[in-house]
Amino acid sequence: MAKRLMFEKPLGMRDTLPFFYNQKSKAREQLKTSILSYGYVFMDTPFLEYHETIGKVSATKEQRLFKLLDQQGHTLVLRPDMTAPIARVAASQLKDAEYPLRLAYDGPVFRAQQAEGGKPAQFEQVGTELIGDHSSYGDAEVIALLVESLKQTGLDDFVITIGHIGYVKAFFKDVMGEDIETTEQLLEYLYRKNYVGYREKVKQLGLNDEKKKALLALLELRGGEEVFTRSKSLARNQVCMQAVNELKQLFKLLSNYGVDKHIRFDLNLISHMNYYTGILFEGYAPNLGALLCNGGRYDTLLPSFQLNASATGFAIHLERLVEALSDYSNGETRVGIIVDDETHAQGIKRAAELRREEGYQVLLQHIDQIPDLNEFKSQLREYEDFTLKGAEGNE
Amino acid sequence: MSKPLTIAMPKGRIYEEAAELMQQAGYDLSADAEKSRKLILEFPEQNIQVMMAKPMDVVTYVEYGAADIGIAGKDVLLEQDRDVYEVLDLKISPCYVAVAGLPNQPLSRIAPKIATKYPKIASDYFREQGEQIEIIPLNGSIELAPIIGLTDRIVDIVSTGRTLKENGLIEYEKISDITSRLIVNPVSYRLKSTEIDEMVAGLSQAVGVEA
Repeated sequence: MAKRLMFEKPLGMRDTLPFFYNQKSKAREQLKTSILSYGYVFMDTPFLEYHETIGKVSATKEQRLFKLLDQQGHTLVLRPDMTAPIARVAASQLKDAEYPLRLAYDGPVFRAQQAEGGKPAQFEQVGTELIGDHSSYGDAEVIALLVESLKQTGLDDFVITIGHIGYVKAFFKDVMGEDIETTEQLLEYLYRKNYVGYREKVKQLGLNDEKKKALLALLELRGGEEVFTRSKSLARNQVCMQAVNELKQLFKLLSNYGVDKHIRFDLNLISHMNYYTGILFEGYAPNLGALLCNGGRYDTLLPSFQLNASATGFAIHLERLVEALSDYSNGETRVGIIVDDETHAQGIKRAAELRREEGYQVLLQHIDQIPDLNEFKSQLREYEDFTLKGAEGNE
Repeated sequence: MSKPLTIAMPKGRIYEEAAELMQQAGYDLSADAEKSRKLILEFPEQNIQVMMAKPMDVVTYVEYGAADIGIAGKDVLLEQDRDVYEVLDLKISPCYVAVAGLPNQPLSRIAPKIATKYPKIASDYFREQGEQIEIIPLNGSIELAPIIGLTDRIVDIVSTGRTLKENGLIEYEKISDITSRLIVNPVSYRLKSTEIDEMVAGLSQAVGVEA
């Protein structure tokens, strides 16, 4: 192994330079304001957790976990998401809290990169968990809050696609009966977004034409409201009907919230193989090659911590959100006061005044330490140069 | 006008076949434009931009969202396992991946060695056969490896079988059929669904698949 050079960082790790840091904190604050306004309370959990508790139940693949050993030889993981740690807290310290529980978080999560770049191994998530509300009202609240938070940051042309894993599973049960192995294969094709493989597999199955047609029609169940009618005619069993009714109800509630403009449906959306149990969703924005946010209802995670409750939530990928906000004003927000030996005391006074009265970010700089005065001035929003007679500035 | 739909297309022979399919689907991406050395071709009247890429790289451009859509060989999709939608089998440039080697040459019992451009496809295949193998990665003229005794077998693309024959190799097993596929970036698939669905429908008709 070659010796590491001074500037190198582990694969997927990035520095946050001042400019990006500012953009990030601005977006973070805007998201937090919206989330707080819905009555959610923020909390945090440690970066390190036991593999046995968090690592195993998390939705992140085993090979993408960062693992290390503690001094006693227990395997630890860097938290790969926030949902599992929050479930742990909800099931322990908060188990006697009043339900429904509205929790929110903001912090870095870690997912190891296998090989190539372009994808960070540490990124920040801002999200919510609504625990103990198993109704469509809960789903609607979470999605509406997601949309409103994103809009609050100035993002406008994003799309939230909603699916229902309960529908998909019941649909397959209806068509495939007890053939669990084939069902798993078909689900795997959908999960891997391989429609060609899915169609080929369907063709090979020894089913009647009607059933094959239904399986192929599943691929087309995406769009606006109109998919509900088609979804219903495709699968006539009780569970599917109920799932479609849930989606219909959800759409109605989202219209009440006034966020339906951003909503699409896709009945073959499978974000994760065995994590979500009901409604699930993904958010996309232009100029981003990857998901902006995702979430859904998960009913088996909390029981794995011995808490019998249903929960739903979303997570926004903060760095990607900042990337999507192309129209961000990236102007300099600092003002400067340039002083010399004689005017330093005067400068301190003036800086304090500006900080206190105008709320400005003020830097006080001795002129001897500035290599290029014009360059220095051009970096500031405004400046006052006390070294010139009469304290001229560019205001 | 909305931003153009960006399509990553493989350079060379596949481009001509793909452009012909596109033509049937109602998109004129005239193939002779390929003869110019430009890497980006604009078709403003159809609001389409074409990126000319190495076939192996098309999937990468699409996964990262540099292109909305791409045309890529199934071999690359199998080898690279990337997060893209594989929406349509275009049924062009058919060939297959196969295991080949010198005739009457059993696999070494100690450490079978396989030369290939496709390390993942090869090791996945042999693992399924219950065989642990060692990969010798090569970039071209793979047929050389068994002839000079470097490896026991090769795993490579076969289209006519002529190269194998002329070098005295025989095909042992077929691993997978390969054709070109239409792939779509997951975000574009949602955000540009109208344009993309339209194109997929047109191409499905051109290749005779019910979409």
